[in-house]
Amino acid sequence: MAKGVKPRVKVPKSASAGETITIKTLISHKMESGQRKDGDGNVIPRSIINRFTAEFNGEMVIDVALEPAISTNPYFQFDAVVPASGDFTFTWYDDDGSVYTETKSVSVS
Amino acid sequence: MRTLLASVGIAALALSGAASAGEDAVLSVDGEVFVTEAAAPDHLENVDTIYSGWVFRTDETQELQLDDFDNPSFIFLDQALDTWETVDGSEGKSCASCHDDVEDFAGLKSTLPRVENGELVTLTNLVNECRTERMGAEAWKYSGADMSAMTALIAHQSRGMAMSVAIDGDAAPFFEKGKELYYTRVGQLDMACANCHEDNYGNMIRADHLSQGQTNGFPLYRLKNAKINTTHGRFKGCMSNIRATPFKEGSPEFKALELYVASRGNGLSVETPAVRN
Repeated sequence: MAKGVKPRVKVPKSASAGETITIKTLISHKMESGQRKDGDGNVIPRSIINRFTAEFNGEMVIDVALEPAISTNPYFQFDAVVPASGDFTFTWYDDDGSVYTETKSVSVS
Repeated sequence: MRTLLASVGIAALALSGAASAGEDAVLSVDGEVFVTEAAAPDHLENVDTIYSGWVFRTDETQELQLDDFDNPSFIFLDQALDTWETVDGSEGKSCASCHDDVEDFAGLKSTLPRVENGELVTLTNLVNECRTERMGAEAWKYSGADMSAMTALIAHQSRGMAMSVAIDGDAAPFFEKGKELYYTRVGQLDMACANCHEDNYGNMIRADHLSQGQTNGFPLYRLKNAKINTTHGRFKGCMSNIRATPFKEGSPEFKALELYVASRGNGLSVETPAVRN
């Protein structure tokens, strides 16, 4: 299990209907590429976040496949139009099988 | 008088009103406006106005500091918060066992380094004193990852406060020593701190925009090495650049220099954790 992994998300708490909001996400992760070798010449096994998804009220909004060339602490920022109040669920899938989730609510007036 | 000047500075900056970064940009985070330009403290002979290093950075770098989510330092501050709660050493204590809330340290960074019992102490010294004497734990390396993150977390509590390091009384001999170091030419390139940071701030040195070398944002995140950097680490970098043999981190020389350089920034807001190139 990768150490020090902590998802962070910034979503506005409220928005008006049809407004475009900016969502920022970051997960602290070392993103070991699997290409590097340690001091003894042994390959350091790959350990990355391989998939990131965002769902809004259960509906898939964004689904990203991550590859080994992506650097430490992957950061995603995207815009979304929120039709109604609801919950954003963000999920990160780790190579080691761990799944990290974070949920944020947006109230639309 | 100094407070008055500083507040005039804020008003003037606020009037320019630009939300994004740029030449006359205002450094504000969550509505809190920082003093990035102030009248120089009285003891400065050759400089009239002091500027935060933030002013000298590119728009992109400046913008990273405008939002705490974009500021990469906060990953390290989160790690330090975990360490804060972690028990270490023979006494079975964590930082949180004695200090309830890290927020109690508001106002510490703005007055450090300071003299205690005739010795000049830095924030790093204080943390290590706690670790060795009260926690029964091993001292951290002066600019190690744990230490720089923890000092950044503690210094962050003073964010927005004006730097006000004491230079008189007990501190006077250390101040004089630091001042002498600041103006002494060293290394193969035969340069003193003052040659770049006093005589030539605002000019380019190759591709780098020279700042006044203020320490109000330290410990800070540098894009160059993607980690938290300490003042002593930065001093070392400067000295290597001028091809001098750097003093040791935590040495009396660097501590005196830290005091002197901090005093040159008296009046600027603490920005910890800042973002620089």
